[in-house]
Amino acid sequence: MTSQSLVYLVALPLFGSALLLLGGKRTNRWGHLFATAISASAFGVGLYQFSVMLGQPDSQRALTQKLFSWISVGTFQVDAGLMVDQLSICFVLLITGVGTLIHIYSIAYMSHDLDRRRFFAYLNFFIAAMLLLVLGDSYLNLYVGWEGVGLASYLLIGFWNQKPTYATAAKKAFVANRVGDMGLSLAIMIAFATLGTVSFAGVKEHAGQASTGALTAIGIMLLVAATGKSAQFPLQAWLGDAMAGPTPVSALIHAATMVTAGVYLITRSNFIFDAAPTAQLAVAIIGAITLLFGAVIGMAKDDIKKALAASTMSQIGYMVLGAGLGPAGYAFAIMHLLTHGFFKAGMFLGAGSVMHGMNDEVNMRRFGGLRKFMPITFATFGLGYLAIIGVPPFAGFYSKDKIIEVAFNAGGIKGITLGAAALLGAAITAFYMTRVVILTFAGNKRWDEKAHPHESPILMWAPMVLLAVGSVASGFLFTRGDALRNWLAPVVEPMPVHEAELMSPAVVSILALALVVVGVGLAIIKYFLSEVPVVAPTDVTVFTRAARRDLMQDDFNEAVFMRPGQAITRGLVKTDVAVIDGAVRAVARLARGSGNVLRTTQTGFVRSYAMWIFLGAVGLVAAIWMVTL
Amino acid sequence: MNWLTTLMALPLLGALVIAALPKSMSNKVKPVALATTLVVAGATIAMAVGFQRDNVDMQFVEVHSWIPSFGISYALGVDAIALVLILLSVLLAPIVVLAGWNEPNGGRWGVKTFYVLMLVLETMMIGVFAATDVFLFYVFFEAMLIPVYFLIGGYGTGERAAAAVKFLLYSLFGGLLMLVSIIALYVLSGEQGGHTFDTFALSHLKMSSMTENLLFLGFFIAFAIKAPVWPFHTWLPDAAAAATPGTSVLLLGVLDKVGTFGMIRYCLTLFPNATKTFTPVILTLAVISIIYGAFLAIGQKDIKRLIAFTSISHFGFITMGIFAMTSQGHSGATLYMFNHGFSTAALFLVAGWMISRRGSSKIADFGGLQRVTPVMAWTFFIAGMSSLALPGLSSFVSEFLVLVGTYTRYPVAAVIGTFGIVLAALYILIPVQKALHGPVTAGNEALTDLNLREKIAIAPVLAVIVALGFYPSPLLNVINPGAAHTIANAGFTDPLPQINGEVGK
Repeated sequence: MTSQSLVYLVALPLFGSALLLLGGKRTNRWGHLFATAISASAFGVGLYQFSVMLGQPDSQRALTQKLFSWISVGTFQVDAGLMVDQLSICFVLLITGVGTLIHIYSIAYMSHDLDRRRFFAYLNFFIAAMLLLVLGDSYLNLYVGWEGVGLASYLLIGFWNQKPTYATAAKKAFVANRVGDMGLSLAIMIAFATLGTVSFAGVKEHAGQASTGALTAIGIMLLVAATGKSAQFPLQAWLGDAMAGPTPVSALIHAATMVTAGVYLITRSNFIFDAAPTAQLAVAIIGAITLLFGAVIGMAKDDIKKALAASTMSQIGYMVLGAGLGPAGYAFAIMHLLTHGFFKAGMFLGAGSVMHGMNDEVNMRRFGGLRKFMPITFATFGLGYLAIIGVPPFAGFYSKDKIIEVAFNAGGIKGITLGAAALLGAAITAFYMTRVVILTFAGNKRWDEKAHPHESPILMWAPMVLLAVGSVASGFLFTRGDALRNWLAPVVEPMPVHEAELMSPAVVSILALALVVVGVGLAIIKYFLSEVPVVAPTDVTVFTRAARRDLMQDDFNEAVFMRPGQAITRGLVKTDVAVIDGAVRAVARLARGSGNVLRTTQTGFVRSYAMWIFLGAVGLVAAIWMVTL
Repeated sequence: MNWLTTLMALPLLGALVIAALPKSMSNKVKPVALATTLVVAGATIAMAVGFQRDNVDMQFVEVHSWIPSFGISYALGVDAIALVLILLSVLLAPIVVLAGWNEPNGGRWGVKTFYVLMLVLETMMIGVFAATDVFLFYVFFEAMLIPVYFLIGGYGTGERAAAAVKFLLYSLFGGLLMLVSIIALYVLSGEQGGHTFDTFALSHLKMSSMTENLLFLGFFIAFAIKAPVWPFHTWLPDAAAAATPGTSVLLLGVLDKVGTFGMIRYCLTLFPNATKTFTPVILTLAVISIIYGAFLAIGQKDIKRLIAFTSISHFGFITMGIFAMTSQGHSGATLYMFNHGFSTAALFLVAGWMISRRGSSKIADFGGLQRVTPVMAWTFFIAGMSSLALPGLSSFVSEFLVLVGTYTRYPVAAVIGTFGIVLAALYILIPVQKALHGPVTAGNEALTDLNLREKIAIAPVLAVIVALGFYPSPLLNVINPGAAHTIANAGFTDPLPQINGEVGK
C-alpha cells in the first residue's frame, strides 16, 4: 500500500533542526519547546501509521512512499523512497517515543547551558536521520540515514568540544563509524554488481539466484557496518569515550536508538544472512564476544556513565547474537532491543539525574546512599536494574532469556558455546549492575561537603517514570500470545516448527536466575558488606587493570592502526618532498647543464633515485596486477 | 546566434572596459568585474536551457576557417560534459570575484590588472571546453597558463614566484608532449585524406598500435599533469598554497578539470585501443592518487596545502571513474568534476577568509573558532563534510557512482578506493578539531565573523552542494546520455549483474 504521510516523519524533525540552526539566537527563547513539539508530532505521525497498519491484513501492512528518482544512471536506479513495515514501525515508535521523552528531560537538564537551542537542533536532526535510516526503502537510502546519525552523534558527543578530550572523543566516534560505513558501501557495491539492484525488495527478490559466495561477502560487509555503528567487537572502542556527550544524548543515541542500528541492519537483511550461513555464524560469534567483552569492562568501571556504556555494548551483543541465530532469533533480538530501549534509556536518564544533583560528578566511588536524597531516581533506576538483570516479570527477563534459550538450541557445539557465553554474560551483568546500584544508591555517603544531592525537577523525573513503566511491563506485553513474534513474522519469517530442544524455557530460566543470584550475591558481599574505598584501589589483579583499560582496546588500536598510520603519513610526506618532488627538481637540475649532471652522479643521489625507481617499478607492477584481478 | 563566441567575448569586453576606466573611476573596477561575470553566468544559463539533452552530437556549433593552409578552424561546440564544465566555470567566476573582493589589494600590479587577468582567464576557460578543433584546444590549453602565471606570481603569498614558475614549467612540459602528438595526428590525417585538426575527423584515423600508444601517452601525460594524477602532482600544492584563494578556486576547481575533461574528450575518443591498453596502469595511478593524496592531506600542517592534497585524492576518484568504462563510473566522474568544483570552492574560500583574518595559514595557529566565529566555522565544517562525501551532500552522489561503477568492472580498484572514505574522515576532522574546536587559543580571540558580502558569496555555493546532494537529477539527466555515448563509442557495455550473467552463460 502507498502512504502519503511517511515523508512527514523525516521532514518534520529535519525542518525543526534547520529552523533552529538557521534561525540562530532569535529562536533561543522557544527553540527547545518547538523542537520538543516537533518530536512529539513525529511520534503522533508514527502512531497514526501504526494504526493504519493495524487495520490491514498481515501481508499488506507495509506502507511505501516514492518521493522522486534520486540517482539514476544506466541500470543503477535509486529512488528517494520510504517504506514502513512491521519491523520499521517498532523503531519509529521507539525513536520518536523515547526521543520525545528525552527532549522533555533535556529541557530541564540543559536549562543552564548557553547553547541549549543548538542542542535541541542537533536532537531534532538526529531524530530525522534515524527515522530515515529505518524508513529508507533501499540500502542506499538507509546509508544516508546511517551517516546522518553518525554526524548527529559526532556533533552531540562533541557538544562541549571546547574541552579537547571531548572533541577527540567525537572525532574517534566518527572515524570508527566510517570504518563501518566502508563496509556498508562495499556491501552496496557487491549487491549491485551481483544482483543489479540495491533496494530491499529487489535484493530480497533476487537473493535466491545469487551465489553463496557473493551473499557471504555482502553479509560480512554488512556485519562490518554493524560493528561500527553498534560498537561491536572489534570496532567497539569509541562508545566509552562517546560518554563525553551530554547524558540525554547517551540515553537516546548511545543506548536506546542509534547504536542498535546494526541490529536493525542485520535483521532487515535477514534474506541475505539466512542464505549465507558463514556470515550468519560470524554475526553470532561477534555478538557473543561483545556481550562478554562489554560485561567484563562493566565490572571495572567507576564512572557511572562508562559502566552503563559498557553494559550497552554488552546488551547489544545479546541482540547481535540473537540476530545471528537466524529466523529463530530475529524477533527476540528486536524484542531485547525494544526492552533495552526502555530500561537502558531510563537508567541513563537516572544517571543524568544523579549527576544533576551531584555537581556533574560521575565517579560512583564518590556517591553512596543517594536513595534517601533521590527517591524517584532510585526507584526508576531500580526498576531498570531489575529489568536488565532479568528478574521476572520485568522486561529483560522475557527478552534476554529467550536469546539464551535460542542460542542453546542452535544445535551442536555452536549452540552450547553461544548459549554458555550468553548465560555467563547474564551472571556478569547481574554483578556489575548490582555494583552500580549499590555504589550509587546504597551504603554510606562518600561525597564531599560541597555536594548537596537533591531530587531532579518533574520535567526530568516524569520521563524516567514513563521509561520505568516500560521496563516493568514491555516484556510481558510483547510476549502475550507471542504478540511481537507474530507481528514481525511477515518480515523475518520465523521457523515454523520447533525441533527437539536442548534446553526448555523453564530450564534456561532457572539456570539464568541461579547465575543472576550468584552475581548479585557476589556484588553484595564485595560492595555492600565491605567498605568501599573512595579512591580506586591500585593493588588489583592484572585482569582488573585490563578491564579498567577497556581490555586494552585503545592500546591495540594505537599500536596496530594509529601509530603505523602516523608513521606512514610522516614517511609519505617526506617521500613526496624528497623523492617525487626531488626527482622533478633533479630533472630541472639535469637540464641546467652537463657540469651539474656530472656533479650529481658524484653525490650518489642518482644511485638512491635508481633504487627508488626500481622499487617503485616493482610496486607499480604488483599494483597493476592486483587492480586488474 | 553564436552563443559560444558571445560567451567568450563578454569577459573580454568587460576586461576592455576595466582597462579603459580612468583613474578617477578606479572604485568601479570591482563592480564592473562582478557585473561582467554575472552577465556571463546568466547568458550561459540561458544557453544551457536550450541544450537538447538527448542529443549526443555537438551543439551550438560554430565553424569558421582560421588558418586554411593548415586546416585549422575556429570550431566551437559543446556536448554534455563540456556544457557542465562551462557552467561550473561561469558560476564560480562571480563567486570568486565577490568572495575575494580584497584579494588584489597589495598585489604587484594593482587592482585593474588583476581583474583583466581574471576575465581573460574566464574567456579561456570557456574556450578550452568549447573548442572542437584540436589545435584551437591546444592554443587555449597553453594560453590559459599566462593569466594564471601572473595571478599567482603577482598577487599570491609566500614563495609565489617560485610556485608560479614551477606551475608554468610543469604545464609547458606536458603541453609540449601533447603538441608533438597533435602534430603527428595532423600528419597522419594528411596521409589519410586531407589535413585537419577536427576532433571528430581525427577520431576515425587509422594507425598502428605503437603509434596510437605513443600519441595517447603524449595527450595523457599532459592531462595527468593538469589533473593532476600521482606522480605528476607536486606542482599543485605549491601553486595552491601560493595563489590567492580565488585563484586557487579556479585552479583546482576549473583548470585542473581540463585534465580530466581532456582524458574523456581526447584520450578516449581519439585512441580507444590505446585507452584499453593503458587502462590498468591508469587505474593503478588513480588508486594511488586517492590513497596517497589522502595520506598526504592528513600529514599537512598548512591548510591550503591540505586542501590541495585532498583534491589530488578527489582527482584520483575522477580518473578512476573515467577509466572504469561503465556508465555509472563515467556519469559519476563528470558529476564529480562539477561537485568537486563547488566543494573545493567552499573549502578554499572559507580557508582564505580564516587565513586573512588570522594572518597565518598554519592549522596549529587556529583554535576554538566555533565559539569566536560561529558562521565561518559552520561554513568550513559543511564544506569539509562535502569534501568527505557525506551522504545528503552533492559529492556523495558522484563519489558513490564512481565507486559502484568501478566495482562492477574492477572490484579490487574500487575496494582500495573505498579506503579513501576513511582517510577522508581523518583529513577533514583533524583540521576541524584543531581549528574549530578546543579552547580559543591566543591570537584568535578577536577574529571577526563573516560579513554580509562573504555570506552572500558563500551561500549559493553551499546551497548548490545541498541541493545537488538531494536532487542530482537536473545535472545527471544532462550528463547520462553523453556518458553512455562515450562508453559505447569506446566499445564498452556495462557489465551485467552476476545473476543475469550466469543465466546468459
